[in-house]
Parts: sequence; C-alpha cells; structure tokens
Amino acid sequence: MLRKFKEFVIEKLILLCGIASVIFVALIFVFLLKEGLSVFKFVRIGEFLAGRSWYPISEPAQLGILPLILGSLWVTFGAAVISVPIGLGCAVYIAEIAPGRTKEVLKGGIELLAAIPSVVLGFIGMVTLVPLVKNVFHLSTGLTGLSGSIILAFMAMPTIVSIAEDALYAVPKSYKEGAFALGATHWQTIWRVLLPAASSGIVAAVMLGIGRVIGETMAVMMITGNSAVIPRGLLEPLRTLTATIAAEMGEAVVGSEHYFALFAIGIILFIISFAINVTADLFLHKHK
Amino acid sequence: MHEKMNAKMEAREINFYYGAVRALKNINMSITGNTVTAIIGPSGCGKSTFIRLLNRMHELVAGSRVEGHVYLDGKDILDPTIDAVDVRRSVGMVFQKPNPFPKTIFENISYGLTVNNVRDKDYIEAKVVESLKKAALWDEVKDRLKDNALRLSGGQQQRLCIARCLAVGPEVLLFDEPCASLDPISTGKIEELMLELKKNYTIVIVTHNMQQAARVSDTTGFFLMGELIEFGKTQDIFTAPKNKQTEAYITGRFG
Repeated sequence: MLRKFKEFVIEKLILLCGIASVIFVALIFVFLLKEGLSVFKFVRIGEFLAGRSWYPISEPAQLGILPLILGSLWVTFGAAVISVPIGLGCAVYIAEIAPGRTKEVLKGGIELLAAIPSVVLGFIGMVTLVPLVKNVFHLSTGLTGLSGSIILAFMAMPTIVSIAEDALYAVPKSYKEGAFALGATHWQTIWRVLLPAASSGIVAAVMLGIGRVIGETMAVMMITGNSAVIPRGLLEPLRTLTATIAAEMGEAVVGSEHYFALFAIGIILFIISFAINVTADLFLHKHK
Repeated sequence: MHEKMNAKMEAREINFYYGAVRALKNINMSITGNTVTAIIGPSGCGKSTFIRLLNRMHELVAGSRVEGHVYLDGKDILDPTIDAVDVRRSVGMVFQKPNPFPKTIFENISYGLTVNNVRDKDYIEAKVVESLKKAALWDEVKDRLKDNALRLSGGQQQRLCIARCLAVGPEVLLFDEPCASLDPISTGKIEELMLELKKNYTIVIVTHNMQQAARVSDTTGFFLMGELIEFGKTQDIFTAPKNKQTEAYITGRFG
C-alpha cells in the first residue's frame, strides 16, 4: 500500500516537471496579456502600432511604437544581410571543404563565439566598432543601426552555422557520390545537390538566427544610439523594441499607461519570436 | 601511350592503400571494349575499391593512396595532371543503392548535362528522352517527368540512375553491385539492359551473385584478399577454373 502511494507521488512529481515548461509559458503569456492589453484603455490599437511618436512621459503621453518596430526591423534586416551569407559560407566550408583538423578548430571557434555574453560584445562594439563606423561614413555619431547590425550578425552566426552545418551533414553521402560520378565539380555538387537537399534545414537555421537577433537586447541598447525616431536607413541612430523595454521599465510607474505600453511591446515581441520559431520548426521537421 | 591499344581500359601494377592497410596488391587487368567484365569475390576482397579506382571515385576517401596506372584508350587517368572531373565524364558509375537526387525525373537526368554547361533547352530535352529510352525507362515515366524521382520503385530508380549516367555521354559504365537492393524482376530488367548497352559501351560490374556474373559477362575476374586470383573468359572460369580457390568460391564452398 505504502509502496503504491510512493509510486503515485513520484509519478505525479515527474509529470509536473515534464509539463512545467508549458505551464511557465502559459503563465508568462497570461501575465503579459493581462498587463499589456490594459494599454488599449488609453490608446487605440491602430494608434499604438502605427503611431509615429513615442513620448511615453509627456502629457498627454504619445504611445506610437512604429519607430521602435521599424528600428527592430532595420537592425534585424542589416544583421541578416551580413550574417546569412557569411554563416552559410562558413557552414559549407566546415561541412564540405575543411580538412579534419581545421574543421575541429572552426567548430570550437563558433562555439566560443556563441559563449560570449552579449554585454561583452556590446562593450567591444562600443569601443571599436562605433568609432570605426563614425570615421568611415563621416557621421556625427557612430551609434547607428549599422553598428548594431554588425554586432548582432556576430550573435546570429553561431546559430546559423551550426544548424546549417548539421543540415548539410545530414544529406545522404550517396547524393554526393552520385553527383561526383556524373562529372560534377565539387562546387557544382555543393551548389546544385547538397544545398537544395539541405534547404529546409538551412531555412530553419536562418530563421533561428534571425529569432536570436530580434530578441537581443543588451548589445543593441549599448550601440544603436536609442533614439526613438523613424529611421530612414542604417546609418542613423535608432531604437529597438527590446531596448525600449529594458531602458524604460525601471522608471515606468507601475500601473501607468507607460508601464502597460511596455508590456504591450512585450506581447508584440512574443508574437514575433513565436512566429519565427514555429516557422523554423516547420522547416526543420518537414521531412519527418 | 601504352602498347596494348586494343584494350579499352587497362590496369597496370595497381597497389592501393587505406592508410597503412594494403587493399589491392599488384593488380593487372585488361578490359576489352564493348564487353561486360564481371568482378567477383567475397566481401572485403577489394573489388569495390578496384572499380572505384577506374573513375577516380577513390579520391573521395580521405587517407587513400594508389600506385600504378589505369589507362583509358592508352591515356593514364591516374596521372595527377588529368582532371578527375573529365575522367568521370568518360567513365560513369552506378551504385549499389539507387541514389537519385531529390528532384524531378527530368532534372535528375538533365543535371549531368547542366554541370557540363549545356544550356540548349531543346538539346537537353532530346537527350533526356534518348537517355530514358536507352535505359528502358521511357515507357514507364514518359507521362510523369515532373514527378519526384524518389517516388519511383527501387528498380525504376536504378534505371533512372543508369539513364542519368548515359546522358553525360560516357564510354565506360561501372556498376557497383547494381542489383544488390533489387527484387528478381527488376534485376532481370537491369541485366537485359546491360546486354543491350554492351553494344555501345564497355561495362564493368561488381557482383556478389554468381549466376548474374555468368549470365551477363564475357570476362570474369576473381578477387581474393586484394589479389586478382584468376582472370579470363567467363565461360572458362565457371566451367573449368584453373585455380583451386576460384573453384571453391564459385561452387559456394566459401565467401
């Protein structure tokens, strides 16, 4: 009897551990919704999403997050343009071309890059990259979207490289043999056979890399200049959704419209990264 | 140039090493044009290693090393100044497991042409049809060229791989146990096809199946532990082998 009871308790405890992550996500989402949706008592959803001015503590407060959304999109776009070609090139090199020893060194390097805390990357960007961008483009400040994009590209690279490399590695060796036996060169084999065969994994790699970029906060806050105006390009200071929450949450009065607006921004971020992850997942499991 | 010009392909004093392991020992073999040469022997005897040498596919294996010469029409194709890509366009290969690309039937065959920088669409289309007909697959797939090749049956996939090979315009075809994963009916079709292809191509086939070797080949070579034990007319090898080991193998006493 006692033995049965013990089994019952342990089983239920393990069950609880098993579903904990789902419960946490649900709780976080509910909390976000509850706090975030309250902002729409003060501002209409259209004004919130498409409003061009973000002055949360003026009187009356102006809560338009369009500059922040565009800031996030610009930085993400810039980071993708830089990291996707380099990351895929790196993955192809590691999976197909690099000899044994070089391969191990490169993989180790990529893992190390992933292990650098974002605040350190932000700091390095601040002292090296920001002055460089300022001088190269003759700007009044180097705290720009471009600086943010470059540092974020470094952060997306490890994800893109390791997942794309896995995908390339998973392509059956017989495809490669078949292409070689037809007199294809190594590059023709990579470009026409291996990359298409690994395409779903590669798309997933890119999506997850971008997901990482969108959610990143610390580095972008340090080097993008944080001015909440609609950016017209990457050579201007801008501010992202994430940096806004991090910078302003500490000084927002609990229960104020500013406070609720920051939670609403959290909802937007949650939706974006959820969508990206689901898409990546769809591609990753396409063949299963 | 080499003295024996009547041989389509000729292997001379081939030694092959995987790292420190010597996988082929002093192989000499002369392959006559427009014949089928079967290579038989127990697993691990070096027959796949040998056939892969004939179009330099062995280079895909890291740490392998070869000594000796392989002549194709008198030209040494193991010469490092000769591009392996050119060799493989003249000496095609079909593998043990059908390995069509995950593309359409049409694209599978046109692939070999596009990597050769053929851009003329009409020519490609004509060549695809011609290759499928030569591989005796045309009637079965003519209405579904846009289907994914992976939807074909195993036997059809293997014939597609043969068609893919033919499209590039090789002179020699290497078959590395082409029927090992096929049912008897598909196997029969591939064998028929080989006899037909022999008219225009020179064929070398590695097989585990004694009957198959006896049915399709003109010449047979028996490999054992990396050595070519006996090489001669198929009829002689199967009816009156000169070597005791050959006799033991073909009568099924080991292997």
